[in-house]
Amino acid sequence: MPSLGADMRAAILMRWRVKPGDRVKRGDIIAEVETDKGLIEIEVFENGVVDQILAEPGKKLPVGTVLATIRGEGEPAPVIVTPPAVAPALEPVSEAKPPVRAAPMPHVRASPLARKSAQELGVDLSKVTGTGAGGVIEQADVLQAAAMTKEEKPLAPAEKFRRAVAAAMSRSNREIPHYYLATEIDMTRSLGWLTDQNAKRSLKDRLLVAVLLIKAVARALADVPELNGYWIDDQLQKKDAVHAGFAIALRQIGLIAPAIHDAHLKTLDELMAAIHDLIPRARSGRLRSSELTDATITITNLGDLGIETLFGVIYPPQVALVGFGKVANRPWAERGTIVVRPVLTATLSADHRATDGLRGAQFLEALNDRLQTPEKL
Amino acid sequence: MTTTTYREAVREAIRQALRNDARVFLMGEDVGHYGGCFAVTKGLLDEFGPERIRDTPLSESAFVGAGIGAALNGMRPIVEIMTVNFSLLALDQIINNAATLLHMSGGQFNVPLVIRMATGGGKQLAAQHSHSLEGWYGHIPGIKVLTPATIEDARWMLATALADPDPVLIFENQTLYNMEGVLDPKVTFVDIDHARVHRAGDHISIITYGVGLWKSLDAAEKLAAEGIEADVIDLRALRPLDNETFLGSLAKTHRALIVDEGWRSGGISAEISARIMEIGFYDLDMPVQRVCGAEVPMPYAKHLELAALPQPETIAAAARKMVRKNG
Amino acid sequence: MSTDGRDFLYQMLRIRRFEEKCVELYSAEKIRGFLHLYIGEEAVAVGSISCLAPDDAIVATYREHGQALVRGVSASAIMAEMYGKLEGCARGRGGSMHFFDAQKRLYGGNAIVGGGLPLSLGLALADKMQSRQRVTCCVFGDGAVAEGEFHESMNLASLWKLPVLFLCENNLYAMGTALQFEHSVTELVKKADAYNVAAAAVDGMDVFAVKAATQKALDYIRAGGGPYFLECRTYRFRAHSMFDAELYRSKAEVQEWKKRDPIATLSARLKGEGAITGADIEQMERKVADEVSEAVNFAEAGPWEPVEDLTRFVYSERTPS
Repeated sequence: MPSLGADMRAAILMRWRVKPGDRVKRGDIIAEVETDKGLIEIEVFENGVVDQILAEPGKKLPVGTVLATIRGEGEPAPVIVTPPAVAPALEPVSEAKPPVRAAPMPHVRASPLARKSAQELGVDLSKVTGTGAGGVIEQADVLQAAAMTKEEKPLAPAEKFRRAVAAAMSRSNREIPHYYLATEIDMTRSLGWLTDQNAKRSLKDRLLVAVLLIKAVARALADVPELNGYWIDDQLQKKDAVHAGFAIALRQIGLIAPAIHDAHLKTLDELMAAIHDLIPRARSGRLRSSELTDATITITNLGDLGIETLFGVIYPPQVALVGFGKVANRPWAERGTIVVRPVLTATLSADHRATDGLRGAQFLEALNDRLQTPEKL
Repeated sequence: MTTTTYREAVREAIRQALRNDARVFLMGEDVGHYGGCFAVTKGLLDEFGPERIRDTPLSESAFVGAGIGAALNGMRPIVEIMTVNFSLLALDQIINNAATLLHMSGGQFNVPLVIRMATGGGKQLAAQHSHSLEGWYGHIPGIKVLTPATIEDARWMLATALADPDPVLIFENQTLYNMEGVLDPKVTFVDIDHARVHRAGDHISIITYGVGLWKSLDAAEKLAAEGIEADVIDLRALRPLDNETFLGSLAKTHRALIVDEGWRSGGISAEISARIMEIGFYDLDMPVQRVCGAEVPMPYAKHLELAALPQPETIAAAARKMVRKNG
Repeated sequence: MSTDGRDFLYQMLRIRRFEEKCVELYSAEKIRGFLHLYIGEEAVAVGSISCLAPDDAIVATYREHGQALVRGVSASAIMAEMYGKLEGCARGRGGSMHFFDAQKRLYGGNAIVGGGLPLSLGLALADKMQSRQRVTCCVFGDGAVAEGEFHESMNLASLWKLPVLFLCENNLYAMGTALQFEHSVTELVKKADAYNVAAAAVDGMDVFAVKAATQKALDYIRAGGGPYFLECRTYRFRAHSMFDAELYRSKAEVQEWKKRDPIATLSARLKGEGAITGADIEQMERKVADEVSEAVNFAEAGPWEPVEDLTRFVYSERTPS
């Protein structure tokens, strides 16, 4: 069966024009075949005598099938009319399906760059919170996580940490629309109460102002819960538990703010214990990653450094940062006269996508209220 | 340094080519007596005569084919097709002859032909007169595709194209002809296979060509005022594409935004995006985004046409979203 | 006259036997793709090209084996090209429809009906602009006359007085469409009037008539008359291409035309004039057979272009002067 076209695979032999014994010469029509395009006459290219008819009419035969043999002049052996059978084109074998894995591994969605960074910095992606669209982990998230360390691993070099912090802070400034509120809090009652408490305690059990502030913040958040949570995927995820990020100064590096878990539930003593535990571990690079990723709000107290007012940059994906300056004696108007009171400037840096000034102000008012009734903290 | 326009720059380029090489001649519709549909060739007929500035009948296939034949036989023709919209009538000659003769002849015949065309929408000329098909032409092996966006490129790309042994298509966005600027007298040659970074920034790479360059630079200024700094890259050629430049930018910024006057589906923006995925995947911190022509035949009404094309505001908004992740 | 006659007979025989061999090789899948045979039309290529100067150009169609062989492209290079071999006249890149030879000024081989006409304009234009006295012979079929490119090209060639010989091989069918289903005006030579182009029609089965008509046309063109349209009325004895059941024409018609086989008629005429003997013809046949089998052997033995070179010849590798 000859090939008559690139897309001809087979044809139906319809009729023989010759029979065995017939003499044929080159160019004679030997048979008719039915193709997709119609009936076509096929010719013979040799001179000779038809020897054997090998195919019967009516069958569809692929190109290359031997249809008949022709004996050349004076030749004993038959001359094949058609070329040797061409191997039929192999149908493509479909790929075997790979075996289904017994336990599918959880897929962490992270950008290619984040994955590369994670690999370079030794960060476990499954423990990173992503802030990209749909919770995808982006590089900044990895850098932030890398700025922290895991239990067994040593502290990441200071340079890497600093860079990670720089990246996180730039990103925060770029991405989060901050608004700022400040209020002055009369600390007379709180300090007075604290003095009384500490008088009954040993030196090592002393309560610091810081724990009053932390507890007050945690309690005030009950009134304005929108300040406690994460902004992810264009929406606010409020958290019930208050894990207060507590900013600790590390020499040469800057501030780190590990979380005090469940600050709203801890007693003042428990908060003190938490601080005593955190600070040395922070300074020696032995914080747990959960402490560094779980904070739902951050509290920065720079009063020790003599700062009066602090306007902080929010740590994404948190939506608020509460800043406290130093307690200083200041003139205070009361009942028409000027008195001197110990005053603390408290600031709120908040994400305008999650809250507005009204809620922020309500929070600061609630905070103030709490610090006026320290015995209830 | 005197002020000139994009139009004048192209005219001067043609004039210089005609003066320097007797083999060069220009043919196309209305290039002679009319002075050119966009007034590019105004005055050239008087200066060079009808043998070298040839008005053709409305026969795109014939005169583009004639350009190919003349190029095969020792001339260096510049064929001007009035706009890319009419080039469709000459597609057979461009794709089946110009692009293939070198290959079909096993290297015996090359086609040193330059075809210039106006392109783009934005003048309320509606669906049949507003195509941006240069990206589509970038699909064809055997031709080169240039998109001069600056006055400097308008002035100097032609000479490099004429010296090229293979067919070169030059697309001039019709809204650029009136653009004014100053030519640096020290520049007397440009290449036709490298992109150029017009603005540097660390936060995002904006990759574009043609009039998209100016829209993107506009957008970049707006963004800079907001603290977002963009790399703005003018591709200059769509075939060959200069991978190195835009991938190098991506390695720095990790965010890529492609701005393309043509339609999004299967256009040059898709090709660039594919290359970024294939080669620069690990530099990506987020998916590649594209600002392209809307998938609609160009409408006539002004406000619809504006909405159908990339604009500085939409480019800035897309970039902002990528950097800030909010609107 | 008789030397011309013997030469013409030999040339036509050469084309015929070469084409017949191609049929066999195609059926055996040595030649692939499309194969368009020139059998029956030999007089047109032989008669017309005999008048062309060596530096005239030819732009042909996909049914170009005749033109290529007569023009002097070696049968071996042509056969190798159809086999897809490296030593083919286009390195195996073109196949049966795309023969090119820079030395012989053969610019294809064009698979797009009518696609070669604009190309011819440009070749002719360049000759005119460079003051060279060369003619571009553009060959096309009756089908091309319906294409817009024909009309655009005739118009522009006439307008600019380009030295193009528009040689139309009218074999009455555009693939499977008969003339009356293609053209509102079936007397193709008349169409030249619309473009103010000098024209003539000639019996394409008579090699001497073709020669005379071509010479007249070339004289006209070379004298600066502008383009010329020459309609050669011919017939192909075989199908449009190999895979064609010829449902569009009757066997009787084919048989009628075969009576006017240019080879048979010339052979009879020369014998009648005593200019040639049976033995002469046999000798020609042997010579042709030798050349054809040499071409087949050349093609069979030839190397394939290395696959690594696939992406060569997309852009030039050398800068021309």
